[in-house]
Amino acid sequence: MTFLRRARAFLEVYYAYMLVYRSELLLWALAMSLPFISMGAWIKAADTGAFPLAPVEFGRYFLVVYLVRQLTVVWVVWEFEYDIVQGRLSPRLLQPADPVWHYVGGHVAERAARLPFTVVIVAFFFMLYPEAWFVPSWTETVACLALSLLAWVLRFVLQYAFAMAAFWTEKASSIEGLWQIGFLFLSGVVAPLAVFPEAVREVVLYTPFPYLIDVPVRALLGAPITLRDVLIPGAWLLVALVAQRLAWRAGLARYSSMGA
Amino acid sequence: MIVEADGLCKTFRVADKAPGFAATVRHLVRRRTKDVHAVRDVSFALEAGEVVGFLGENGAGKTTTLKMLTGLVKPSAGRATVVGHTPFARRRDFLSAITLVMGNKQQLVWDLPAGDSFRIHAAVYRLDDRDVQRRVTELSEMLDITDKLTTPVRKLSLGERMKLELVASLLHQPKVLFLDEPTLGLDVNAQQTIRAFIRDYNAQHGATVLLTSHYMADITALTERVVVLHQGGLVYDGSLSSLVSSFVTTRQVVIKLRTPVDGADLAGLGAVDFHGPAELKLRVERDALQPTLAQILERLPVVDLTVTAPPVEDTIGHILKTGQSSKRVDA
Repeated sequence: MTFLRRARAFLEVYYAYMLVYRSELLLWALAMSLPFISMGAWIKAADTGAFPLAPVEFGRYFLVVYLVRQLTVVWVVWEFEYDIVQGRLSPRLLQPADPVWHYVGGHVAERAARLPFTVVIVAFFFMLYPEAWFVPSWTETVACLALSLLAWVLRFVLQYAFAMAAFWTEKASSIEGLWQIGFLFLSGVVAPLAVFPEAVREVVLYTPFPYLIDVPVRALLGAPITLRDVLIPGAWLLVALVAQRLAWRAGLARYSSMGA
Repeated sequence: MIVEADGLCKTFRVADKAPGFAATVRHLVRRRTKDVHAVRDVSFALEAGEVVGFLGENGAGKTTTLKMLTGLVKPSAGRATVVGHTPFARRRDFLSAITLVMGNKQQLVWDLPAGDSFRIHAAVYRLDDRDVQRRVTELSEMLDITDKLTTPVRKLSLGERMKLELVASLLHQPKVLFLDEPTLGLDVNAQQTIRAFIRDYNAQHGATVLLTSHYMADITALTERVVVLHQGGLVYDGSLSSLVSSFVTTRQVVIKLRTPVDGADLAGLGAVDFHGPAELKLRVERDALQPTLAQILERLPVVDLTVTAPPVEDTIGHILKTGQSSKRVDA
């Protein structure tokens, strides 16, 4: 009961906070249009070459990539870094609740506030490219949403673990910059895993990247989901969680010695 | 004792780099650090319900001590106990029993009305909604801020924001208030409102208050006891009046003259602070005051005469600067 009441309070307040920035939300929703750029390139390539996906399948794939990215976007490393540098973490440490409540509350509320803009952009996409229209089954929809939730949790915990570096350096977000290289090329944002060479794909599937984008996307497009699609991100989640908790404990001692 | 500091020490290790390119390269290759002893062997205790002023110059160690007492900073040595808890363990019971208000930091959500932040506070501290509503009404009335509860925080003046910060900090009715410069940057009216509020809150709830402020008016209006730090060490713990009276050894004598007097006429009457045709200001040792006054009345054409102590602000300011107090009084 306490948990639900607390969750409700955080979500309602941060939803109100996000609505203050509604115009920025539209810009952020538009700014994440890299999948549409990739889509254009791959549809053109599929018209002329031999690829495992047809042009219209590339269109659907990158549309769903856009959707999954809208659902799983995370920025906690920048926010945490700012809170450390500005000393905003101290008041939160004085409250009897883990500061992560504020970050999770902000992320979840932002998702709800962003949803209308995402729907408009998707509707606009189908107006421009009606051949790509498709209606997923409810099982595909549930699988995609569940895997997107797992992807978001994994992404959040990983980035929150990176954020702990802010206790030692003022530029913890540079770690995220390095991570983005792997994310960009191995997650499926730039190219579907289906077009990777078999050997490369097998290796990449042991990293966390494909489970952040490619796997949830394929779930909505009807691809079968295997146990591995849950176990490998689950294992990475466990590793990230342990790393985050250890770094948090060491970081607090460090923060204390910096003067909090 | 509700707050106990026993031999608290805090040492920070900081980079030690000289200016210039060569020094920068040397520092890159071989990083040098030095230890800064922010707090040194500080011991004091507060009883429940006490309001105590915590004084010291910038960098004296006040805020670091407050952070050790609230669990934000772990002591390098020594022991702190607050409401029966070790602060750095940050147990729920401890965090629910204290608050720290920092005049230069804010906890309210900047873009929303304070009422939204109060909702988060209520959920975090597990407060009943009706209790919260009642307390918000009570506290905002005391601070005369009821009409600002629905205005976004960023649209409020500094004073209004600080009043709402106080409301947020006191919603869970803490037993111990650590107030770090709560009137920083506020105008005189806002300072007076906050002073009156702290006094009333202490009277109504019996809360213990440890207050730092660079405005001596805050200290003189609210506290009878002060703890003074100088360069990280405790130099005084006792009553404010004892501190002032034990330190101030002179009195100022202001004399209105019927006719101008010559400088030679003032020989042996103490130090001359001001010599005008119709007024004189002399500084006289307290022990020599009585015979000197007799001589002044005998030798000078006096119309009126007043004897005053130097302003408390000047005295305390001098003590904080020099770390010198004539005696250390244990409370």
